[in-house]
Amino acid sequence: MKVLILTVLTLCVLGGLLAIVLYFVARKFKVEEDPRIDDVEKMLPGANCGGCGFAGCRAMAEALVKQDDISSLYCPVGGADVMKGAASYLGKAAPEKGPEVATVRCGGVCSKRPKTNSFDGAKSCAVASSLYVGESACSFGCLGYGDCVEVCQFGAIKVNPETGIAEVDPDKCTACGACVKACPKGLIELRKKWPKDRAVYVACRSKDKGAVVMKACKAGCIGCGKCEKVCPFGAITVENNLAFIDSQKCKLCRKCVNECPTGAIKLVGMEPLPKEPKTPAAKPAEKSDAKTETKE
Amino acid sequence: MKTFPIGGIHPSDNKQWSKAKAIEVLDLPDQVTIPLAQHIGAPATAKVAKGDKVLTGQLIGEASSFMSANIHSPISGTVASVDMLPNGQGLRQQMITIKREGDEWVDTIDRSEELKRECGLSSKEIIAKIKDAGVVGMGGATFPTHVKLSIPDGCKAEILIINGVECEPYLTSDYRTMLELGERMLVGVEILMKAVGVDRAVIGVENNKPDAIAHLRELIAKGGYRGIEVMPLQLRYPQGGEKQLIAAVTGRQVPPPPALPIHVGAVVCNASTTVAVYEAVQKNKPLIERVVTVTGKQIAEPRNLLTRMGTPVEKLIERAGGLPDTDVKVLNGGPMMGRAMVNLSSPVTKGCSGLTVISGDEASRGEASACIKCGKCVSACPMGLEPYLISKMSRKKLWDAAEDHNVTDCIECGCCSYSCPANIPLLDYIRLGKQTVMGIIRARAAKK
Amino acid sequence: MANKFFVSPSPHVHGDTTTRGIMADVILALIPALVVSTWVFGFNVLLITAVSILSCVVFEYAIQRFMLRGRNTVGDLSAVVTGLLLAFNLPAGIDWWIVVIGAFVAIAIGKMTFGGLGKNPFNPALTGRIFLLIAYPVQMTDFSVVPAHGSVDAFSGATMLTQIKESGMAAVDNADFMQMLGGVMNGSMGEIGALALILGGLYLLWRKVISWHIPVAVLATMAVFAACMGLGEGGSLVYELPLFHILAGGALLGAIYMATDYSTSPMTHRGMLIYGVGVGALTMIIRLWGAYPEGMSFAIFIMNATVPLINKYCRPVRFGVKHVK
Repeated sequence: MKVLILTVLTLCVLGGLLAIVLYFVARKFKVEEDPRIDDVEKMLPGANCGGCGFAGCRAMAEALVKQDDISSLYCPVGGADVMKGAASYLGKAAPEKGPEVATVRCGGVCSKRPKTNSFDGAKSCAVASSLYVGESACSFGCLGYGDCVEVCQFGAIKVNPETGIAEVDPDKCTACGACVKACPKGLIELRKKWPKDRAVYVACRSKDKGAVVMKACKAGCIGCGKCEKVCPFGAITVENNLAFIDSQKCKLCRKCVNECPTGAIKLVGMEPLPKEPKTPAAKPAEKSDAKTETKE
Repeated sequence: MKTFPIGGIHPSDNKQWSKAKAIEVLDLPDQVTIPLAQHIGAPATAKVAKGDKVLTGQLIGEASSFMSANIHSPISGTVASVDMLPNGQGLRQQMITIKREGDEWVDTIDRSEELKRECGLSSKEIIAKIKDAGVVGMGGATFPTHVKLSIPDGCKAEILIINGVECEPYLTSDYRTMLELGERMLVGVEILMKAVGVDRAVIGVENNKPDAIAHLRELIAKGGYRGIEVMPLQLRYPQGGEKQLIAAVTGRQVPPPPALPIHVGAVVCNASTTVAVYEAVQKNKPLIERVVTVTGKQIAEPRNLLTRMGTPVEKLIERAGGLPDTDVKVLNGGPMMGRAMVNLSSPVTKGCSGLTVISGDEASRGEASACIKCGKCVSACPMGLEPYLISKMSRKKLWDAAEDHNVTDCIECGCCSYSCPANIPLLDYIRLGKQTVMGIIRARAAKK
Repeated sequence: MANKFFVSPSPHVHGDTTTRGIMADVILALIPALVVSTWVFGFNVLLITAVSILSCVVFEYAIQRFMLRGRNTVGDLSAVVTGLLLAFNLPAGIDWWIVVIGAFVAIAIGKMTFGGLGKNPFNPALTGRIFLLIAYPVQMTDFSVVPAHGSVDAFSGATMLTQIKESGMAAVDNADFMQMLGGVMNGSMGEIGALALILGGLYLLWRKVISWHIPVAVLATMAVFAACMGLGEGGSLVYELPLFHILAGGALLGAIYMATDYSTSPMTHRGMLIYGVGVGALTMIIRLWGAYPEGMSFAIFIMNATVPLINKYCRPVRFGVKHVK
């Protein structure tokens, strides 16, 4: 009996002591946190992709709660709906941004961009790019070792073994921007997403002079400026021998596509405009396919 | 026999191909292309334009800052263009193209062969002359020599070390220079000793070059060169690394970056560079030519060629019998640290100590398999790093962790990749990590 | 250009060592011990070894092919080494189906579950052996097979370590050290034949497959430990007991071949010494005060678990931090 009482007593005292210790420890290490952070975090997609520029969804939620002006914050994965939801919960103005999709701006497929050597180092675009020009003579084009593929959490980007160039699946792409940062050549851009994945863009980043581009790749932009002249919306600028179409200004009129002498301007998801009256319009029509690129 | 304290490997030296070949003068090329960046630091500024006539040895690119170097015309002729042209790696950089017309030298240059030993110049004057001549480290690092010789305030040089190690397999240009131009080198050593104010100089030579050691010792004894000593070093790669050489010769280790060799009182200068210093100071001759080893197992006639800068690489290879009929990899430098080239019409530059042609099955690296954690890379690393770990960190983009593991200490010697039984390209990733982390550190410093 | 023009970052040459070459060296180093074992225990040894190797290779191939769907890794010979070492840890009279089960545990659970060669935290062969020791204790400690050679005295059906466990220091007095050195004693197939094992170890050292740090640390710790115990007993035991403990049981096999397994041992020499001392001390603790007569397997197993920690704290000395004279 004595043993029993002693045991119970010891355990009670021990329990009490530990409870006091725990109490003080909890007090000392207590973290004051806004409960709204938890709520906002639940609204976010939880992909932790870092597309917003923060370390994860939690950090983004914190920023949303703490900053008064959240117009610079945007969750590309959740899109406008999630942002509106979070903003209305917090009583702040939602940032305005349309949906975007990652676009690989290189058209230098194997047949157009002859290979001059074999790269034998670690299969990484960053490694190859810091070493030398690449397997072709173009130092701006896609290397095809898939640094972008490695960072994509959504399986939305793949290197096509036939062309050697990375391709984005617009249905899976969330425009988180991870691939944009990963590409050492700066080929990937987040462009405005049109319905049915329509797009017009310059599939080249070469700042080399026209003659140099022509030698290295038959599909490159030579900076001739024809597209700039024909664009009715002022969406095209040519700088450093390279044309660029601002996707926010472009209205997909497709006039530039027919002007481009090298086919560097790509048209996706649409039929090209009929060519000048002299040339028959039948030719490009047969190639059309809703999802794949039709113009080369 | 002395050597450096940790790590290192013993690759087969393959110097037999070109070792016995005396230095030959390569015919002057019809046209040269001279990059304005042939050194570490800021590129030089072009001083000539299309259509200008230039003489051999004339200044055509001027150092744009302290950490930069002058560039001189290696031939006489007319400037054809100043344009962006592809270098050996196919990347475009600013180059001056000159079409040759004869070989007319600037008249201040003393072209006589006779040895001029006396030098009455002060330390400052010597360094100024070296700077004017555009001398840079010719072992491959291309660090401007005048910067190295300008001892920062608060530091004092105690010893001058001449790097005659040439630990890089295949290459023999320093070796041939020491054998054939030994006297000029020794005068160069005396000049350098005066420039940095030391009374002791050590020429470090690995013991696979006993004839060079004997020859230099004989010259020192005969010429009465005081304070100069030849130190045979145990054969081990990367003994020619600056920090490794200092540790081997003096037993002192240069602390981790940002410390410099001068913090342990040492100034290191490459053997060929020392000859260039002699020519610059005593003969007013700028750095416009150098000895280039052209070698490889399947090269028909390996050679050591005295080549004018800007000569297309293919000319040298042609002189050595052309590329073999197998898979090839052409290297600017030796097989451990040399850079693979894609563009053989690119020019020979100040840092090009050799052209190594790796051929046949050796040209490709073979597949990598899984890391077996053998620790061979750890034992081989001369900087005391953990290559397997920092390579993986770099691959996974864990830059902070890589920085914690001292990725910036890496000297890119390649011992880790060389010794990896799984054939993992460790250094490829480590180099990437080092570059990225250094960028991050610079950005951080700029913010402050 | 007809020929390929390669480009890669430096270095452009590679040393001669390959994973396969290292494994082949280990196999070669184990051959003398296999010969001794066959001479002592008879032809059955070769049969069991063959079963063990074959099942290890087959399991690795099958898992790689049908489950992991990775590149075939049988060619690196690591499965052969595992099979060989597993067989060396079994008594000569064991049934073949137990060997197959051991091989399955070694390869499937001990190695491939973690992703294959280099990723396993525990030595695969030991994983197999320890599993068998716990699952089939009777068969695994049945050393009653009739030896082909040697005096009958040396094969009383119990290993030397069982003898010392049961009859105390008398076993040491009765031991014939020359016979132990030559392999005329009872035990697992590969642990007898001290001389053959040492020979193989020297070969591995010469080929730079292993460094001296782990074996020396393990054996030295055991010797010092045993010497202290012998000091307590008095007499000639001060040097006889250390010799006995090193020659008997799996000390040499463990120290030279099992503890030095790359992926389950530390990376730096300093770490290796700590690890070796740990293995040696734990082995002696188990041998002297534990329930099992032999503690090598468990000691290595326990120290395997500490390797990540050792690697974390025993980093190599950074160049330039310490002035080395």
